[in-house]
Amino acid sequence: MEPINQFTGVVCPINRANIDTDQIIPKQFLKRIERQGFGQFVFYNWRFDDDGNKREDFILNDPKFADAEILVAGENFGCGSSREHAPWALLDYGFRIIIAPSYADIFYNNSVKNGILAVKLTDEEVKTLLGRASVPGFKLHINLEEQSVTDDSGFTAYFDIDPYWKKMLLNGWDEISVTLSAEERIRQFEEKVYGKQYS
Amino acid sequence: MMKKTVIEKIWENHVVSREEGKPDLLYIDLHLVHEVTSPQAFEGLRMNGRRVRRPDLTYATMDHNVPTINRHIVNDPISKTQMQTLEQNCREFGIELADIDHPDQGIVHVIGPQLGLTQPGKTIVCGDSHTSTHGAFGALAFGIGTSEVEHVLATQTIWQKQPKTLQIKVNGKLGFGVQSKDIILAIIAKFGVNAGTGYVMEFTGEAIRALSMEQRMTICNMSIEAGARAGLVSPDMTTVEYLRGRRYAPQGEEFEEAAKRWLALATDEGATYDKTLEIDAADIEPQMTWGTNPSMGSGISGFVPSPDEFDREADKESVRLALDYMGLEAGTRLTDISVDYVFIGSCTNSRLSDLRAAAEVARGRKVQDHVTAIVVPGSQTVKQQAEAEGLDKIFTEAGFQWRESGCSMCLAMNDDVVPPGKRCASTSNRNFEGRQGNGARTHLVSPSMAAAAAVMGRFTDVRELAGVNQ
Ligand code: SF4
Repeated sequence: MEPINQFTGVVCPINRANIDTDQIIPKQFLKRIERQGFGQFVFYNWRFDDDGNKREDFILNDPKFADAEILVAGENFGCGSSREHAPWALLDYGFRIIIAPSYADIFYNNSVKNGILAVKLTDEEVKTLLGRASVPGFKLHINLEEQSVTDDSGFTAYFDIDPYWKKMLLNGWDEISVTLSAEERIRQFEEKVYGKQYS
Repeated sequence: MMKKTVIEKIWENHVVSREEGKPDLLYIDLHLVHEVTSPQAFEGLRMNGRRVRRPDLTYATMDHNVPTINRHIVNDPISKTQMQTLEQNCREFGIELADIDHPDQGIVHVIGPQLGLTQPGKTIVCGDSHTSTHGAFGALAFGIGTSEVEHVLATQTIWQKQPKTLQIKVNGKLGFGVQSKDIILAIIAKFGVNAGTGYVMEFTGEAIRALSMEQRMTICNMSIEAGARAGLVSPDMTTVEYLRGRRYAPQGEEFEEAAKRWLALATDEGATYDKTLEIDAADIEPQMTWGTNPSMGSGISGFVPSPDEFDREADKESVRLALDYMGLEAGTRLTDISVDYVFIGSCTNSRLSDLRAAAEVARGRKVQDHVTAIVVPGSQTVKQQAEAEGLDKIFTEAGFQWRESGCSMCLAMNDDVVPPGKRCASTSNRNFEGRQGNGARTHLVSPSMAAAAAVMGRFTDVRELAGVNQ
């Protein structure tokens, strides 16, 4: 996982609440057995019509937003199926940061584990950003160490993040290695509960 | 002694490591695996030279994209690859697998309980959000993503922040013709899809105690649709009796010992929750959804609402988009909405009692000509039991198709797809855009309401059919 700290990128606003993982990556694309290559299918049903033609009115199809790396959206982002393909697809497409008022739990965890920073701001702040980001080329600066989001014309907001997740993201740590370094405790637990050693 | 909820008791029994500023490291007692969310996890193990720590606590099946007509004709080459990949992975890592030819094959959340793998007090995970189903047994069961699947395979543990507790109390008795699906749909309609965010829910109250295990599973299954991390019911004698004699449950003396431990897990009298919500069972009528998330629903006597009835701008906009997608006009009576497809199945409602309830309505009636109706049992075992009772005959004589077990039209990853613009009465758990097929319009209902929609060709209050021409 790539560490993340200070990040500046172009913002793409999608002003919808309850964007579910079926929208982020429709299920017909879940059948790959690799982690890469899902970006081309992100928001597929919004980007393409039934015949596979681009829908001109969807923002990601607007060339002015094509290189966006920060996604701003409405509340309860990532609800629905637990598929991790959703963060894989967002990451593979190029989004490193998501900003929304709230997230579905599983999606939030899945995102952090894949190195996406999912920022929670207030309704008001998100509304402001959705408005400002409708102007193409709008950029935000994220500073994870300081837990801040700023733009170039006076917007500043601070966000909360679990200190544990923050550390993982700042260091780009792989969680399994972290856990296996505490293996002694797992072994003790197994001895106590299962009366046996498994490693 | 401190009074505790079942949630806190299970949690504390599984903490491997607890440190300030970190989530807890929890031990996992049962890891269920299926073909869609596991390939990348096994790939990760292989790349890092890791093994599966507890194959004995891991159990796999294939359900999401298996065909339901001829089990051996998998038309989609990628589905086939996923199924073969799971077979190879299970062989390589020594995991027990109920594959397509296995008599135990079925939807992962149907077979876990059926085999007795699901037990009170266990921590259970699966790379599938409806893992909450197993909470019906007083287990702490939740869905995880593929990275977490890999983590559990490698370490048999998972990092979790201790959730807050939410009590959902269902008071009183259910009315005639109202099913457990209606309870959970009514809860979600009343409290919203965010009601449980950050919480684990415990369902309590007289109406919940009166439910069978299968009915409790339907409710816990959809607790995730109310935003909860997990949902559960304290174990009681109903739980114990369901598990007695099941293959993977303890047997004989050991069972009696286990039963005592299980019953002791129930929430202590006087324990407190972080939040409590209440609903009266007597107020619940048969439910149906009209929109594109499970909270967009109401009792069958209701009407499609207008966006103007909602206060918040975000809600108005969601409802506007939903009605547009669903092709519905505000003010339409729900019972005036016609159906094209009926799907009876999924981990929410594909167990024997669900099929019995639907068959009750289908018996001696005919599916309307313009309706395609399919019944997909949750597992091969359910299928056999239903056939032994003659339920398949009742369905086929009424014009329903009787299929092989799998997830099927719940998420339409196999060939069972609702075409664009078509309307489906479905016993599944999600009515999101495109869930049952691109452009498909899903209305969530109970099994008997689904059967009623099939034979009437439109949504119908099933209570009106009861007793008529039978
Ligand atoms: S039946 Fe539907 S909800 Fe249940 S596990 Fe299968 S796809 Fe998921």
